[in-house]
Amino acid sequence: MKNEEIRTRVLEVLARIAPELDSAELAPEANLRDQLDVDSMDFLNFVIGLHKAFGVEVPETDYRRLLTLDDCVAYLAGKIR
Amino acid sequence: MPAADFLLPKLGADMTEGRVVEWLKKPGDPIARGEVVLVIETDKANVEVESWAAGTLERILVEPGDDWLPVGTPLAVIAGEGAIAPPPTAPGAAAAPAPKPAPVVATPAARPAAPAPRPAPERVHVSPIARKRAEALQLDLAHVAGTGPDGRITLEDVERAAAARPAAPTKPADRQARMREAIAAAMARSKREIPHYYVGTTIDLSKALAWLAAANAQRSVTERLLYGVLLIKATALALREVPELNGFFVNGRAERRSNIHVGVAISLRGGGLVAPALLDADRQPLDALMRALQDLVQRARAGSLRGAEMTEPTVTVTNLGERGVETVYGVIYPPQLALVGFGAVVERPWVVDGQVLARPLVNATLSADHRATDGHRGAIFLDVLARLLQEPEKL
Repeated sequence: MKNEEIRTRVLEVLARIAPELDSAELAPEANLRDQLDVDSMDFLNFVIGLHKAFGVEVPETDYRRLLTLDDCVAYLAGKIR
Repeated sequence: MPAADFLLPKLGADMTEGRVVEWLKKPGDPIARGEVVLVIETDKANVEVESWAAGTLERILVEPGDDWLPVGTPLAVIAGEGAIAPPPTAPGAAAAPAPKPAPVVATPAARPAAPAPRPAPERVHVSPIARKRAEALQLDLAHVAGTGPDGRITLEDVERAAAARPAAPTKPADRQARMREAIAAAMARSKREIPHYYVGTTIDLSKALAWLAAANAQRSVTERLLYGVLLIKATALALREVPELNGFFVNGRAERRSNIHVGVAISLRGGGLVAPALLDADRQPLDALMRALQDLVQRARAGSLRGAEMTEPTVTVTNLGERGVETVYGVIYPPQLALVGFGAVVERPWVVDGQVLARPLVNATLSADHRATDGHRGAIFLDVLARLLQEPEKL
């Protein structure tokens, strides 16, 4: 899967959690929690969404590698290759 | 057979009005006690309302529509045994101003009558985003001309119609504003009527968080527990030991409740807050409680809750630590007796056996009604709570 496709799918998962998300305004290198005001329940749902979209299991200890959109893409690219 | 009016129930101490969204039963349908009969829109959510009596739905008095009706408005007639029993109301109803006697066909005078009956919903073709926007604007789609394919109403049509709308009614137009108003009313009442006292303590969470991390490491992401569930369960169990904090202040006195229904403060995207109940939180295993919480948060944010969840909370828990706040000074949701607040978990120096160690700590606070309890009981509650959180495996 190409990184652009991963990015698109991550944004789809995010949009379900933050419906008002404008992906054009999302800074890919900035903290997602701050930008989207997600709480721990939202973040868990985000990780569940990634699990469903990519079939990857994200342990809690890896949550800190999913802080930004760029982080997510890099992390998932490493996991599914 | 006796018959009784099915009245618009008071789904929470701060509810004064509601709107009929949808009937799930039609005239002639049998109704079991506790069965969902219709969906009511309140300031906070669309709420599925259960019947308080068994019988037959004889007649519907208020069709779904745009009118906001006062609490107590007859909505339908139910015939059958037990139909004469009064409907359940939120515990706060007695302390709130009694609703005015409501006319059977209720159209509050302040609201203009709808100019025309709305066509059946299926005949209006609307894009989902346009429908959502129209709901937010409280715009009746029956009066919007569609310019999309096959006369479909588009988002642009909705915006145009909203802009062309005559002056807004005196009441706030959208749910956001209505919710703000409801929160304002409840909180003003709380501060006016409830003599709060506040006690707080710092709790070492190292055992709880280590236990949680170990438990979650064994679990697939869909089965993981959130730390907040430990707080809710520990609060519920601590209330068993200090039951005088669990219940309502009604009719001039505190009434304990044997069931512990923990209201969970859930902030909504875009502002506002709702605190529906996790029913019997003290009796649910952590896994069940976690699933119930996920479901509750999702439905609260989607604006779809059940009547009991709105009327039953016997206490409220709020966890405001997500954004780093360290201490919560909570305002009690009337007519409840207490609110338990948690701040952020922060790693700080902590003395253990004469040694200074870095430990994850949380400030827990209790706001309680001084008419019902004294600070001493509040202190015991927090002590029990802290103890329970030292034995997470027993939660």
